[in-house]
Amino acid sequence: MDKIITLDQAVDKVKDGMTIMIGGFLGCGNPHRLIDALVEKDVKNLTLICNDSSFPDMGVGKLIVKKCVKKLIASHVGTNPETGRQMNSGEMEVILVPQGTLAEQVRAGGAGLGGFLTPTGVGTVAEEGKQKITIDERVYLLELPLRADIALIAGETVDQFGNVVYHGATRNFNHLMATAADLVIIETEKIVEIGDLDPNSVVTPGIFIDHIVNGGGN
Amino acid sequence: MDRNIIKEFIAKRVAKELKDGDVVNLGIGLPTMVANYVPEGMNVLFQSENGFIGLGPAPLESNEDPNIVNAGGQCVTVLPGGVFFDSAISFGIIRGGHVDVTVLGALEVDEKGNLANWMIPGKMVPGMGGAMDLVVGAKKVIIAMEHTAKGNHKILKECKLPLTAANEVNLIITEMGVIEVTQNGLFLMEINPNFTIEDVQKATEAELTISESLTKMEI
Repeated sequence: MDKIITLDQAVDKVKDGMTIMIGGFLGCGNPHRLIDALVEKDVKNLTLICNDSSFPDMGVGKLIVKKCVKKLIASHVGTNPETGRQMNSGEMEVILVPQGTLAEQVRAGGAGLGGFLTPTGVGTVAEEGKQKITIDERVYLLELPLRADIALIAGETVDQFGNVVYHGATRNFNHLMATAADLVIIETEKIVEIGDLDPNSVVTPGIFIDHIVNGGGN
Repeated sequence: MDRNIIKEFIAKRVAKELKDGDVVNLGIGLPTMVANYVPEGMNVLFQSENGFIGLGPAPLESNEDPNIVNAGGQCVTVLPGGVFFDSAISFGIIRGGHVDVTVLGALEVDEKGNLANWMIPGKMVPGMGGAMDLVVGAKKVIIAMEHTAKGNHKILKECKLPLTAANEVNLIITEMGVIEVTQNGLFLMEINPNFTIEDVQKATEAELTISESLTKMEI
């Protein structure tokens, strides 16, 4: 089973109107080459699930600037003025979610859970339209899982089976999103042979990864 | 007072609230400055919600690693013993009560401990990021801010802007004093000797109760 595909083959799988997750935090840990190729393809009407909309000239921020996204689900959009502009003009729908809730929604989506209860957002606009449940006298919001058609993620080193080792703070949403989409494509700096990675160091098991795009030099 | 000196003064006073071994999450802006004033020899672990504990100071430009950034996207370092994790673990740490202290700024804070710091409808809608989780989950929530905004009250009877969280703020530290949020309202615990009690009350919309043990605010 050869999981390695080209950048073009990867981008071909992303169709107009799909729901996609993209890993990263303010550009750190975004799959930059996959994003650049999507911008070039000019894919349209995406529903994008991502922690934030980065900066206008960096990572997922470029997809917003190119108007590839019709609906954005994120926790923070303040670093990309274009997101605010499209949100205010009505060109793009933006759903803001507390970051911990977003992370857990993705985790729940990948872990077969029907939802979870969080105290975050009680008494704020984040509770609007959500069921409240009281347990041991504490009020929680019922939050539902999130899944996507495709997750595009990034990891530093990946073996040919798809086992992933991350570097620095790039793990963020990447590891979670690997579990929560029908198809998962990882962009990596380095592909190594099966057996080259220490099983103790692997963070994301290769069973979650469908395709690997070699973004590095080897 | 010069605004930078005011901010430095507030950050220094906040740093005195930290204890050896505390896990601390600092917000963007003034709160970030608190890290500069942790007393020598005290071991405080800074958590960064994008996924690590052991946040160290900014590196020299030549040593920058674009994959090691703080929650504001700026290059930082990781101290020996630091550890990276994913966002679900990160917010498990935050929501689960494993952060001892979070220090955040505010647009408005009120006498019930309600906090508004994430949006101004029609003007600024950046998103809440991790703030709602931090304020709900941290054991102690400290608001570090200038006492007023261009002369307008920020410490109110009731927040008018959309809330970040309800009834979660414990302590408010400004250039004028230190205010504790209790079930019986706001108590002025310390006062900057450059101001009178009347000055502080005038700059505060909510009613302040003067603590019987009111002391001089020192840094």
